[in-house]
Amino acid sequence: MQELSPAPVAVGLNGSAITFPLKGSATYTAVEGIDLAVRPGEFVAIVGPTGCGKSTLLNAAAGLLAPSAGQVDVFGAPLSGLNGRAGYLFQADALMPWKSAIDNVAVALEPKGVPRQQALEQAKAWLARVGLKSFVESYPHMLSGGQRKRVALAQMLIRDPEILLMDEPFGPLDAQTRQLMGNLLLKLWAADRKACMFVTHDLEEAIALADRVVVMSAGPAARIIGDFPVPLSRPRDTAEIRLDPEFHHIHKEIWASLRTEVQKAYGAEEIA
Amino acid sequence: MNRAKLLVLQVLVAVALLAIWHVITVYPIFGSVKNAQFFFSTPVDVLARVWRELSGTEIWGHLWITLQETILAFALGAGGGILVGFVFARNDLLAAVFDPYIKAANALPRVVLAPIFALWFGLGIWSKVALGFTLVFFIVFFNVYQGVREVSPTVLANARMLGMNERQLLRHVYWPAALTWMFSSLHTSVGFALVGAVVGEYLGSSAGLGYKIHEAESVFDVTGVFAGMFILAIFVILIDSLVTVIENRLLAWKPGQSNAR
Ligand SMILES: Nc1ncnc2c1ncn2[C@@H]1O[C@H](COP(=O)(O)OP(=O)(O)OP(=O)(O)O)[C@@H](O)[C@H]1O
Ligand SMILES: [Mg+2]
Repeated sequence: MQELSPAPVAVGLNGSAITFPLKGSATYTAVEGIDLAVRPGEFVAIVGPTGCGKSTLLNAAAGLLAPSAGQVDVFGAPLSGLNGRAGYLFQADALMPWKSAIDNVAVALEPKGVPRQQALEQAKAWLARVGLKSFVESYPHMLSGGQRKRVALAQMLIRDPEILLMDEPFGPLDAQTRQLMGNLLLKLWAADRKACMFVTHDLEEAIALADRVVVMSAGPAARIIGDFPVPLSRPRDTAEIRLDPEFHHIHKEIWASLRTEVQKAYGAEEIA
Repeated sequence: MNRAKLLVLQVLVAVALLAIWHVITVYPIFGSVKNAQFFFSTPVDVLARVWRELSGTEIWGHLWITLQETILAFALGAGGGILVGFVFARNDLLAAVFDPYIKAANALPRVVLAPIFALWFGLGIWSKVALGFTLVFFIVFFNVYQGVREVSPTVLANARMLGMNERQLLRHVYWPAALTWMFSSLHTSVGFALVGAVVGEYLGSSAGLGYKIHEAESVFDVTGVFAGMFILAIFVILIDSLVTVIENRLLAWKPGQSNAR
């Protein structure tokens, strides 16, 4: 499909499918026929039942997985190898356990050739920004799940990537902290509006944060079954916005399509 | 557990063992005392001999030789193990081709090599270093190989997404992962370096703790043999606690290292 707008799409998945080889000659097609365009400055949230292929999709956008069909475009150019313009916040723990928080963040600047002293100073500032001022010297095992995610967030943002890929970054947090972190993320994001793909299983969080919510069907061969704009004004407060009548309207609409997929994924008869 | 309490219990074990030993060798429970003393000596004699040895000068020369052999065997074995472990872990073909040879070499009892090493390297320290090397090398090799192979794929993917090149990955991911595994086997490999040295000395040399024990054994000086083993045990404990200090320092990032125990 030809884009008409002059600015190229930041991340474009065009008819992408991703198939995993299983034992023997069997294969498992996780996602299929994915068409998704994330424009520069756009915050897209991806929701879908567990195991549908959300992480797989991000891995494809990061260049960690090659699509078995279709292609991935990054700013108009087909992606081959790793996506060097993207930062990736992984769903699983990805910090180097042998480095303290500050070293984990500072090392992200080494590939850019930033001198170490300068990198450490910037890393310190970033840790302060994500509220970890007093955990600078802590090793990952000494941090809580949420604190580790914040270190990972700082590690991703310090490189100033043009595209942000985030896989359930607030997964291990309680509801209140999630909202605080959501506000923090929005604040950091609003500063220079990067293209953003944000995976979450929390629909309310998706609506509160994003410009668009993409709904995936249950796997195998999951597809995008809904693409809903979120015309809520910014700046937003992730807690207050949930009281907005428009929010409820959008939520109802998206949930209607998500619900059947979640039911399929769990094989449940009825979800209240 | 409380440190002082632990120490008291540990000392109690030693006292109990010495007491049993003393009773068996001084009172005629199992037949003649002479017989028992010929085979087991007595704790008082042994401790007196240990004291006499340690306050003399000769034993320190032997200890120094053994220490040198241990350190050299460990350093060379660990260095070789790290190098080869790294190369094999990063090169599947090489690892697959050499797999049966590595396994065969590791399964070989090292004692059979001792005379050959004596032939090749003479009766000085290098034949003992070689023996210790063959023990340390495989332990470190297998651990480093495993460590590099089992780096968390997420940590690796993350490092690559941060833009790291091969060299930076080596430095920030593979190397620390390999070292972790190497350090986890530090006690074992230092222990084996010492075993290599002492066994080598025992089988043929003119100096070192193993030689001392062998010398006593050849004249049925059981007290001398036990005294040698005692000194060896003290030596082992000292080296092992040094290793613990180094380990705690280098693995400060590991869970359960800093405040557990
Ligand atoms: N390496 C792999 N080999 C085989 N199958 C895989 C592999 N990776 C993922 N899958 C399968 O692909 C599907 C999608 O996985 P993915 O991790 O993308 O799900 P997800 O949507 O992120 O789920 P969650 O919300 O639980 O994180 C799953 O059914 C999973 O079993
Ligand atoms: Mg996932």
